[in-house]
Amino acid sequence: MSILVNSNSKVLVQGFTGAEGTFHATQMIEYGTKVVGGVTPGKGGTQHLDLPVFNTMREAVETTGADVSIIFVPPAFAADAIMEAADSGVSLIVTITEGIPTRDMVYAKKYIDDRKVRMIGPNCPGVITPGECKLGIMPGFIHRPGSIGILSRSGTLTYEAVDQVTKQGLGQSTCVGIGGDPIIGSTHLDIIKLFNEDPATEGIIMIGEIGGSNEEIAAEWIKDNCKKPVVGFIAGQTAPPGRRMGHAGAIISGGKGTAAAKMEVMAACGIHVVASPADIGATMARALEESKKAHA
Amino acid sequence: MHSLPETFNFAKEKNQDPYMKLHEHQAKEVISRFGVPIQLGKVAFSAEEAVEAAKNLYENATGKEWYVLKAQVHAGGRGKGGGVKLAKSLEEVKEKASEMIGMKLVTHQTGPEGKLVSRLLIAQDMFYPGPSEIKEYYFSITLDRVTGQNVIMASSEGGVDIEEVAAHHPEKIVKEHIDRAVGLPGFQARRIAFKLGFEGDGFKNAVKFIQKLYTAYEQCDCSMLEINPMLKTSDDKVIAVDCKMDIDDNALFRHKDLEAMRDLNEEDPLEVEAGAHNLNYINLDGNVGCMVNGAGLAMATMDVIKLSGGEPANFLDVGGGANPKTVEAGFRIILKDPRVEAILVNIFGGIVRCDRVAMGVVEAYKNIGEINVPIIVRLQGTNAEEGARIIDQSGLKVTSAITLAEAARKVKDAIGA
Repeated sequence: MSILVNSNSKVLVQGFTGAEGTFHATQMIEYGTKVVGGVTPGKGGTQHLDLPVFNTMREAVETTGADVSIIFVPPAFAADAIMEAADSGVSLIVTITEGIPTRDMVYAKKYIDDRKVRMIGPNCPGVITPGECKLGIMPGFIHRPGSIGILSRSGTLTYEAVDQVTKQGLGQSTCVGIGGDPIIGSTHLDIIKLFNEDPATEGIIMIGEIGGSNEEIAAEWIKDNCKKPVVGFIAGQTAPPGRRMGHAGAIISGGKGTAAAKMEVMAACGIHVVASPADIGATMARALEESKKAHA
Repeated sequence: MHSLPETFNFAKEKNQDPYMKLHEHQAKEVISRFGVPIQLGKVAFSAEEAVEAAKNLYENATGKEWYVLKAQVHAGGRGKGGGVKLAKSLEEVKEKASEMIGMKLVTHQTGPEGKLVSRLLIAQDMFYPGPSEIKEYYFSITLDRVTGQNVIMASSEGGVDIEEVAAHHPEKIVKEHIDRAVGLPGFQARRIAFKLGFEGDGFKNAVKFIQKLYTAYEQCDCSMLEINPMLKTSDDKVIAVDCKMDIDDNALFRHKDLEAMRDLNEEDPLEVEAGAHNLNYINLDGNVGCMVNGAGLAMATMDVIKLSGGEPANFLDVGGGANPKTVEAGFRIILKDPRVEAILVNIFGGIVRCDRVAMGVVEAYKNIGEINVPIIVRLQGTNAEEGARIIDQSGLKVTSAITLAEAARKVKDAIGA
């Protein structure tokens, strides 16, 4: 078992024939992901990477029976691609594109929320269930099938955690990069809930960053509902306050969002908080051991 | 270098949703295009231009002899720092403008080194006497990341420290979340105006002001729009006396006119240079420089430096392009900071292979010539061992590391912490 994607996931690539889409679709196919085609408006009816290209998502889904879409469309057109995917009948959208205007995302998120579809991203490395389905731009070889669920706002820092877990001999059930933009499809809490329900996931690593309050919200839920050990790290403990004008940001955040504040809340909610990112893997191994002993 | 008391979302500013700041005079010009009433004024780069602007204001607009001189820098708190002055004649305009242009303005948002004032806004005085009471309000629009909606925040406690009000008297802040599909309906603008205590003509003008300002926020892809104070004059007009506008960088492709307003003099020269090389760099106070791929890993690397007894000298994200050119540019920028005693390069090679990165580091090092600080290169991911071997056999003053813990130890050794 795993969350979000597995070996049965049938994937469409939006922005299939572009440079990014081509490169990463090739990598995903090599990993064993079941890519069934792609969409590039105007290139419908052609073949790319020996797979069919469609003009619209509706047509692509009807023809291939795909249930997942991954988006590599350039930022100016990405919100439109997200809405087209949401309208097409797929159940999962993963948006890799970085730099989508926030205003476009406000509308696109509303469009998604009104439909039965889940989105991961934008501005994220994607989702991988090791050995089954790589849906994103992460290096596949660092992952091993296993029992740890990993979720994170960033890319390379996720790879760091994955690598440490693999070297502890644990492996991952699924890894999810939720993205760092102000508006994202799925939050820490959304993914934690899925990991909590997933029988293959025995431990969870939650990596956050300063800013926002999604980590705190997830931590409060974990305290009351999560049955599995959770290790947490917040990047940016030494990040300085930036320069800004105006007060709106401070009023809306209400003093939340610093690394110290987040770590404090997480620790109070029973999460194993690490100060150094070098300790993520070892702490997970230890927490898992302890949890097994406690339940033995 | 940037030591501010306020807590602030560093990630938001530099990585997740970078934005461009406008000067007050630019922001006012932009909102006035949407019909928002503003305090009239003109920008001036010299005392002569200031007098000319004041004369123009007197003859063509106000017919009044009082003027406000406002330093145009990208920082708040200008009034307390001496960046806003009243002049009651053209002679006073000349005298005060000469004092202000060229001054280093220090406010709680500039840091102790202050900001050089090179332009002034010469504006009309709005606090003239009249039949009704003059009143200042606070008004802003920004994105609430928790709900994914825009939110209007306003208060009748304008012109004071609004963050204090928010912290101690949250009931005095009116908050209205805006529907994502519909935008700002009339009833919501009226509700805000009623809650702020507007009445009569002032009420009508406030509702119009709020609606037009929201349109400007939307149409200009603002990430923040703040009016402080929003002023009700003694003749019941509602006017933007100050205006702070941040534009979403990611949306600048559709706002060429706004992009042209960027003032690079307001930005850190090293950061501007880094931007030209597609590097995301922030200059800090510490002694250990770092160069990392990915913003999250870069922040985590800074944390590692701190835990090793050092202080990060910078934030530097080279993104996906860790090639010889970007690495060389990164080294050159870090080395311009005289406080740097060691440099930690931390690259997690995924798509980009570590042996290629290692060759890039060696090539960049040789191009720069003599580097007098120790460099620790931590390469992890694809071909990590091969990368480490290239570093160790280069004969340069560079040490390799593979795990993050190992890198931390080597940083500690290098700075003798």
